[in-house]
Amino acid sequence: MTELPRIPASGGCRDTPILKERGQREVFCGLTGIIWLHRKMQDAFFLVVGSRTCAHLLQSAAGVMIFAEPRFGTAILEESDLAGLADAHDELDREVARLLSRRPDIRQLFLVGSCPSEVIKIDLARAAERLSKVHSPHVRVLNYSGSGIETTFTQGEDACLASMVPELATTDARELVLVGALPDVVEDQALGLLEAMGIGQVRCLPARRADAEPAIGPNTVFALTQPFLGDTHAALERRGARHIPAPFPFGDEGTTAWLRAVADEFGVSDEVFESVTAAPRARARKAIAAQAAELNGKSVFFFPDSQLEVPLARFLTRECGMDAIEIGSPFIHKGLVGPDLDLIAPGPVISEGQDVDRQLDRARAAAPDLTVCGLGLANPLEAEGLATKWAIELVFTPVHFYEQAGDLAGLFSRPLRRKAKLKLEAAE
Amino acid sequence: MKLTVWTYEGPPHVGAMRVATGMKGLHYVLHAPQGDTYADLLFTMIERRDHRPPVSYTTFQARDLGSDTATLFKTACQDAYDRFKPQAIIVGASCTAELIQDDPGGLAATMGLPVPVIPLELPSYQRKENFGADETFFQIVRHLAQPQERTAQITANLLGATGLGFRHRDDIEEVTALLHDLGIGVNVIAPLNATPADIARLPAAHFNVLMYPETGEAAARWLERSHGQPFTKIVPIGVGATRDFIEEVRGLTGVTAKADESRLRLPWYSSSVDSTYLTGKRVFIFGDATHVKAAARIARDEMGFEVAGLGCYNREFARDIRALAKEYGVEPLISDDYLEVERAIEIAQPEMILGTQMERHIGKRLGIPCAVISAPVHVQDFPARYSPQMGWEGANVLFDTLVHPLVMGLEEHLLHMFREDFEFHDDAGPSHHGGKAAPRAPVAEAEVGVTAQEAPDQVRGEAGIHVVWLPAAEKELKKIPFFVRGKARKNTETFASERGVAEISVETLYEAKAHYAR
Ligand code: SF4
Repeated sequence: MTELPRIPASGGCRDTPILKERGQREVFCGLTGIIWLHRKMQDAFFLVVGSRTCAHLLQSAAGVMIFAEPRFGTAILEESDLAGLADAHDELDREVARLLSRRPDIRQLFLVGSCPSEVIKIDLARAAERLSKVHSPHVRVLNYSGSGIETTFTQGEDACLASMVPELATTDARELVLVGALPDVVEDQALGLLEAMGIGQVRCLPARRADAEPAIGPNTVFALTQPFLGDTHAALERRGARHIPAPFPFGDEGTTAWLRAVADEFGVSDEVFESVTAAPRARARKAIAAQAAELNGKSVFFFPDSQLEVPLARFLTRECGMDAIEIGSPFIHKGLVGPDLDLIAPGPVISEGQDVDRQLDRARAAAPDLTVCGLGLANPLEAEGLATKWAIELVFTPVHFYEQAGDLAGLFSRPLRRKAKLKLEAAE
Repeated sequence: MKLTVWTYEGPPHVGAMRVATGMKGLHYVLHAPQGDTYADLLFTMIERRDHRPPVSYTTFQARDLGSDTATLFKTACQDAYDRFKPQAIIVGASCTAELIQDDPGGLAATMGLPVPVIPLELPSYQRKENFGADETFFQIVRHLAQPQERTAQITANLLGATGLGFRHRDDIEEVTALLHDLGIGVNVIAPLNATPADIARLPAAHFNVLMYPETGEAAARWLERSHGQPFTKIVPIGVGATRDFIEEVRGLTGVTAKADESRLRLPWYSSSVDSTYLTGKRVFIFGDATHVKAAARIARDEMGFEVAGLGCYNREFARDIRALAKEYGVEPLISDDYLEVERAIEIAQPEMILGTQMERHIGKRLGIPCAVISAPVHVQDFPARYSPQMGWEGANVLFDTLVHPLVMGLEEHLLHMFREDFEFHDDAGPSHHGGKAAPRAPVAEAEVGVTAQEAPDQVRGEAGIHVVWLPAAEKELKKIPFFVRGKARKNTETFASERGVAEISVETLYEAKAHYAR
């Protein structure tokens, strides 16, 4: 029978006291999720109701301007919108009408709240309801908040998916739903593995197109592919669906444990499970081993960024032989990352929230071999001599499941390899 | 409310960050939510700075709103002082904090910090990045500059260079060298690399060089008013402008020394026979007003191009750009709407764009080469090599910049001669750009000439008359190499509509060619 990851003899980290910080943060807001969500949902448009800052954030985080008209934009509030909210609603209706007439391919429109829209209390839920009536049945209008006063970085995806849940159709069918926006290639791999085990009728949230969204009901079971989906998890449970808890599918162990949890739910036999997973597992192990040689025995320090920190620390410590010094995360939802915490040997500081200057002091004192942090900190830390991995790449790159396990390890080993490779001193 | 996809300028507090990050010994306490910290990456990633911007964000959250965001601000301010011990602090609000009206300036003033605290009022819902930088620099100068004697030697301050500035790092070197040739010293360069103590010394200079009106003009005007320092009005980008600038400086200072032009290569490169092919290339110019003004003069007078259209995205300079457009006989485009700029370029059909990173993308889509001459910046606008825009070397750099995207002289002739060669064709692009020349896929006869972007059979409105391309004329047009096709199409359509010709035949095409032949 396939061996599952075992809890360390010394016990896991689930009950390690969490260092809670409430100082200056250095993280993106939830609007950033639009950058990958709009690629995933091909008939959706994300309309941020916000300020020039919000538009500039999206542009800067996207890094490139590949598309003439991407499927997102910002309705920038102007002085006159602040003066009268009634007018702001009229303006919004007008901009939406104009947008939808220009983009007949759009089937779902998300009105995305920002800090300014929340502070001046533009009721986007009401606007979405009103606009849905006007533009149905062709376009469904939903709303969520990606504001920086409510959400950090990946919480934007959570808020987006959670906003979709109440609108999903109802079903009594016993169906599995995979929750979390994955690159299509990764999603297809996951579906392929599940199908090979005889688990059919698997749906995904979000779906690539609006007409393929799953239906939800009391017989729905769901598995999360991302650890930051706390609100979506709660919304699905409210609809009667049941969560399959598991470590997240990063690396060989994470993927195996995740698949096993799903397989158990559907009564898949050990033999079938073994026959389906043996070959990709072996490939994953081999690919990880190639990278792990460079990571083994090295220390790693996580600044809070994407909420992927806990599962990634589990992967790096168990499968790549690294020592975690601090695992910082914007938010630690034990109901979701508990199974990952169980597998991490005690030792690292586990911190939630941030006080960036104090955390920098800790990182400098610890002098880790590798620091995982955001784009604002990476170059300054490199200049101080610390090797870094920018965390945003972990969200923008296919890293889940067996076939990407080696790539995932590679994202961490490359900065170390590069540091060792550069010879910029005189030869003497 | 205005729907925006891509923006030319960030919000005004990002302009303030450009000043703060450019300076040393200054700290910016910014009342803002956590997501606004994205702006750090502009400096650490795009500009590759090896330090964090000196900015403390209060990062208030929703739960703080009901309670006490003002205390949060004061704590952040005190922490920033204790940790960084700056010589001066600027305080302000981002768009969200502006709405909660905590008055950072008033709060900081009550704290009794032992260094100057300079409040910033940057209206986020009206103004943009360049205004933010200009206003911030002005406030810093106004608060810190001290009356004093002029230096014994004739000296100048160089004003306007900021963090994240388009080639500011290298322009400073070039202008310093230029002044040195004239026997003029540099007193202070600001804001880039200046400390608050340096700002205090600004009034010691005899005059100011306003390098970038977008980010330094308010300070320059104030110094003129309050400290009697005249400032230069000519920005030395291009050969003619640099020579005029030198004359202007001579006039301001009475120096008579000659500038050493031995490093200048543009005039000879432009006169040499190889450059003949540049004659009359139609260029569309778009960017910030200062760089557009400079580029227009270079394009017409120093490269021999024809200016087919021009405009800027910063409305503050709309009047200058309208006057400039008049001088060049084109319609001015004052807009920060990227799609509007794209439409204008599509209509003008230039052979090259001199623009920003935005126009580079427009150019890619329309198949028009683009040279980048202005902010907004991209990581590519911070080359490792010395690459100024100003002074003699700046002119040399611009010659290369403006020639690089084009198909070169002899190559152009070969394309004319062998236009349907299987690897030397429209889609291959200039051969020195390294892109692999993809063999052309065989195209069915009917499809020739009808790609998505260029469908000359479309009905076009010009001077109120609809002009239709007949299929044969359209096919003939396709035989003209791609880098002059836009011009040929545009000329033919103008020719036809001026004469009330509704249908363009092969005949019309060649009549137009003869008409415009010079
Ligand atoms: S933090 Fe708030 S104001 Fe800033 S970009 Fe995000 S949503 Fe917009």
